[in-house]
Amino acid sequence: MMSDNGNQAMVEITNLKKYFPVTQGLLRRVVGNVRAVDDVTLQIIKGETLGLVGESGCGKSTLGRTILNLHKPTSGTVLFEGTDLSGLSGHDLRSMRARMQIIFQDPYSSLNPRMTVNAIVGEPFIIHKIARGTELDQRVAQLLERVGLNPLLGTRYPHEFSGGQRQRIGIARALALNPSFIVADEPISALDVSIQAQVVNLLEDLQDEFDLTYLFITHDLSMVRYICDRVAVMYLGKIVELGSIEDIYDNPQHPYTQALLSAVPVPDPIVEDQRQRIILEGDLPSPADPPTGCNFNTRCPIAFDRCFEEEPQLKDLLPRHDIACFAAEERLQV
Amino acid sequence: MPPKILELVNLVTRFHTDDGTVHAVNGVSYDLHEGETIGIVGESGCGKSVHALSIMRLIPTPPGEIAGGEILYQGTDLLKISEDEMRKIRGGEIAIIFQDPMTSLNPVMTIGKQITEALNLHMDMHGEQARERAAEMLDLVGIPQASDRLNSYPHEFSGGMRQRAMIAMALSCAPSILIADEPTTALDVTIQAQILDLVGRLRERLGMAIIWITHDLGIMAGLAERLMVMYAGFIVERASKHRVFADPRHPYTLGLLNSLPRVDKRESGSRLIPIVGRPPDLTMLPKGCPFYVRCPFSIEKCVAENPPLLEIAPGHEIACWVDVHEAATHEVLG
Repeated sequence: MMSDNGNQAMVEITNLKKYFPVTQGLLRRVVGNVRAVDDVTLQIIKGETLGLVGESGCGKSTLGRTILNLHKPTSGTVLFEGTDLSGLSGHDLRSMRARMQIIFQDPYSSLNPRMTVNAIVGEPFIIHKIARGTELDQRVAQLLERVGLNPLLGTRYPHEFSGGQRQRIGIARALALNPSFIVADEPISALDVSIQAQVVNLLEDLQDEFDLTYLFITHDLSMVRYICDRVAVMYLGKIVELGSIEDIYDNPQHPYTQALLSAVPVPDPIVEDQRQRIILEGDLPSPADPPTGCNFNTRCPIAFDRCFEEEPQLKDLLPRHDIACFAAEERLQV
Repeated sequence: MPPKILELVNLVTRFHTDDGTVHAVNGVSYDLHEGETIGIVGESGCGKSVHALSIMRLIPTPPGEIAGGEILYQGTDLLKISEDEMRKIRGGEIAIIFQDPMTSLNPVMTIGKQITEALNLHMDMHGEQARERAAEMLDLVGIPQASDRLNSYPHEFSGGMRQRAMIAMALSCAPSILIADEPTTALDVTIQAQILDLVGRLRERLGMAIIWITHDLGIMAGLAERLMVMYAGFIVERASKHRVFADPRHPYTLGLLNSLPRVDKRESGSRLIPIVGRPPDLTMLPKGCPFYVRCPFSIEKCVAENPPLLEIAPGHEIACWVDVHEAATHEVLG
């Protein structure tokens, strides 16, 4: 599976949609759909960290889960190393699932409070019948050690650990089955600043050591700049801009990306004094009732007639830099 | 310099729990001047919010207790006045806004009723006059069709709008001090930018002093004039924001800035430098400096004695025995 720039695609997402029905009344009649993921086409390249950014409700977490087939897609396909997950069941699906894992935002609710750390981290080995007895104990101890936890603490329960340590437990469990692809869904958002850097550095080291491919879902644009190779910006269920970190941060083309980047405060008063901030008006529209035309047109400072009539498609207007915006098309195309 | 409006002298706040006494605020002293904005920065559990609730006398007692110190508002010690007198200060003279607007807003009362109620109590405004003033405030914070929205309930507003309504309510009685306890932490960056822009404009127009509490050094780079960094219930560094960012002198401040990614630049291949370990247990504070276990600069004296906050340059104070410009660093084991 080769993408257009010659790199091997780990995950190929084509026209993926995930709609959640909106029901009403006693008979739960479907009266509409929340278009959480609305026609996303995207490749995740082997060995890269792809950042998926956007604000609450933009569909980024739903996209991550639909890629893993934790949500069944409404339509479209996801190929994982060339295999379509939706066509698999039973043993084949399980062995495929072992190769893709997820790390959650909230280390407080994603770990079973009634299980010891050893049981939590060892569970994947038991489910997949990979190890038991002393071998199991050894594998669990190795994993805990690798993520920076003392294996002697394995007999304790999650509530005895801090947020950062719990996130390490979640990472150890995700690593148990030697996955090649990990969806990290806001893995550091619940942590304090000084602890965030610890976890991010751990994720980077593990990537090098185990050849991992990451989809890093976050609203923290500063962190994405540090750890991702490419970034996809999502707004109301759609990808509006996709490119390398340098292209997106130094030369953003979509007005939403521009506003988003300008809104992030910089910890430097001299820079802050000189910054021109683009303040977007209003809130995110409801994904159950998106605007016609470009779905950013209600808040876009440069929208013109065409943006209210037609929907822009994600196009490679610059080399390996895709933008879904009519204004950018006019600006960039000769 | 404008006159002092608030003076904290050695404030000590504790919580008596089943697990022991939590030493949340351990002798905090500072001055706030009329119209000034100070930023209080620190991570979870550093005492920044507890200190704010102490000023408002909103510490639940028991288990909490303001165990010592003075809170002088225009010369009057707020800890010595009756609850009736305090009620006039709270909301009238000193207002507070929170991270979750629903902490302040009553879910079963219209927005208009809530603002006019405060106006009745503090400003002796009634009937049509109060309603007009309430509508004016909603308009001022950028809520469209303000006079109609007076009849809305909080749940009919989006997150950003609720935050605006809470600000309108807090400022309706023209307080001389606004305490902002992480009011933008739960908001998306584009909405946060709207709120910060709004507060900046209101400050110019209404001239109140602001105590802004946050974990986000980026926000402080824009908004604050002076900064205080808190750790384990102590102020560990205090200076103008320009000095704190340009020349941080406490190892904790230095560590925070090093662990923070920046959206505006990245040196290629650079890694974040985390602070190892985690904050101390506030029920068992060490005898010496609360930061020494995590500190790469610590010397023997740090274990024995907690350093007081002392001036090291005009207007720049730190609580640290070492000079980070001169001192050697050593390995720290988390």
